[in-house]
Amino acid sequence: MKNYVAIEAKDIVTQFGQSVIHDGVNFKIQRGEIFGLLGGSGSGKTTLLREMIMLQRTSGGQMLVLGTDVMKISSKMAQKLRQKWGVLFQFGALFTSLTILENVMIAMQEYTNLPTWLMEEAALMKLSMVGLPPKVATMFPSELSGGMKKRAGLARALALDPKLLFLDEPTSGLDPHSARAFDELILTLRDTLGITVVMVTHDKDTMENVLDRFIILGNKKVVFEGTMELLKQTTDDELKKFLN
Amino acid sequence: MKKKPSLHVTDTNDGFAVTLQGIWVKEAVKTLDHTFNTLTCKANAHYVFDLSGISEFDTYGIMLILHHVKRLEEQQCRVSKIGASESLEKLFIICEQNYPSEKIKPPKENFILAYLENVGKDVFEGYKTLSSFFSFTGELTQHVITSLLNPFTIRLKATLYHIEQSGARALPIILLTSFLIGVVIAYQGAAQLEKFGANIFIVEMVTISAVRELAPLLTAIVIAGRSASAYAAQIGVMKITDEVDAMSSMGFSPWNFLVIPRLFALIISLPLLVFFADIVSILGGMVIASTRLDVSFVEFIDRIKETVPLKHLIIGLVKAPIFGCVIATIGCFRGFQIDSSTESVGKYTTISVVNAIFWVIALDALISVLLTELGL
Repeated sequence: MKNYVAIEAKDIVTQFGQSVIHDGVNFKIQRGEIFGLLGGSGSGKTTLLREMIMLQRTSGGQMLVLGTDVMKISSKMAQKLRQKWGVLFQFGALFTSLTILENVMIAMQEYTNLPTWLMEEAALMKLSMVGLPPKVATMFPSELSGGMKKRAGLARALALDPKLLFLDEPTSGLDPHSARAFDELILTLRDTLGITVVMVTHDKDTMENVLDRFIILGNKKVVFEGTMELLKQTTDDELKKFLN
Repeated sequence: MKKKPSLHVTDTNDGFAVTLQGIWVKEAVKTLDHTFNTLTCKANAHYVFDLSGISEFDTYGIMLILHHVKRLEEQQCRVSKIGASESLEKLFIICEQNYPSEKIKPPKENFILAYLENVGKDVFEGYKTLSSFFSFTGELTQHVITSLLNPFTIRLKATLYHIEQSGARALPIILLTSFLIGVVIAYQGAAQLEKFGANIFIVEMVTISAVRELAPLLTAIVIAGRSASAYAAQIGVMKITDEVDAMSSMGFSPWNFLVIPRLFALIISLPLLVFFADIVSILGGMVIASTRLDVSFVEFIDRIKETVPLKHLIIGLVKAPIFGCVIATIGCFRGFQIDSSTESVGKYTTISVVNAIFWVIALDALISVLLTELGL
């Protein structure tokens, strides 16, 4: 492949009215990498994620996703790009009027010409992959617990075998066992499908076991970029907080 | 170098070799499925799937292979696969483990049974709603009484806020509609009264119909559309975000914080709004009377003093707080019915408006008949 960079942020500036959230944020995410966005509350992790998936505009700088600048993209290209990624929102964000199966199938129905039986089987398989029993398929999101909604949300994000997966706090609200199973799942998906994963997380075990590299946001900039091993050698007190 | 996906079957001595090549991704699945379907099982034959030629794959390609492997196995064939690359093998195993063993089929429904079931559900639902509405109004009455006995527990700030939002902010639209209603009555009346030369009767016609019936009714309908929906949606969203539960757990009664202020706000502001509506609708009538029927403003007002008893105005103003009470109660009740789904917000908000408008009109009719029978 020519281009090994999946996402590149160049001098991102984000401003809400008077308050500046990011002031010159730079980083690169390689293809096939599991990349973490960390930082304290209000440091703009989720905002950064939303900027990558074109839900929010940056005030300045360039955000290149799979080689295209998402700020200068045509609506046709944007639509194509959206089919190449899957997003898991913090609380699942399932469509309440559809069953779980329909939630997972909706992207397939809109964007592919697959036969219906295959869509159903594929959706059931994705549900099983994220650890949901087949009986939830006919249920509605309101009948599921928070953790199950999250899994169903992941199944929906994986529906089209995306190249890029964005996860907003995937393991928060899950019990430790499910959280580790979730981590395992993300690792296997990356190893088999070569997905690039970008996640906002606070979970220390996830940081240790899953993330290849991560950045820590603080003071409107990237204060740390690298691996867990590198972070462990730090002498900075602010950064050490992320180890506990 | 992307190879077109393909599928070849060659006859070997002890079975068939199936060679899979190219990119097995979701875009290719549909045509591949047709090719696969031509593959039928000869009894007890051994099929060897050679996966080494697959250059690119996703879960859909693998699903397709799995589906047809299962199909062949069901037809008593032996199937094995060779040559899968490491990553393909890995994903293949995951897909195989998670392959749905049974199909989800919606149970077939008997039309008549389903219809009867729906009727039963609706009746039961109606009964449940009715009983919970009674318990809601019962509890509300109790809280109103305790509030009135301990006036300091009434949230004055919240009440004033809702008076501003539901009352004062509604004034422009109510003034406009009332003015137009005055104009309409006078205009239609003028055409008839002119024929008899009974021009001056326009005064009674406009004044009585406006202050006794139309102004209160119209105001109540506008407020029902504006505030019943707002109350239902506000309370419903607070329920979805657990704010109501948070309130209760902190010992703040949702009744005192949410319902009572809204109820009192409408009971207080509706009569005031109706009074404004009365004035403006009469003004609308006066404008038409002076332009179309040569009844001047002064004549109009003198005639009101002479011939229109004050009771009509009072009846109109007495109805207003009743309407306000009905609108607020229904709006809040439907708000508390909203559950965790976003869809129910829309559903119950709509129901709240429809209910509120219906009950305003129904009560108005009831009061109208009752008072006429009493000779008022």
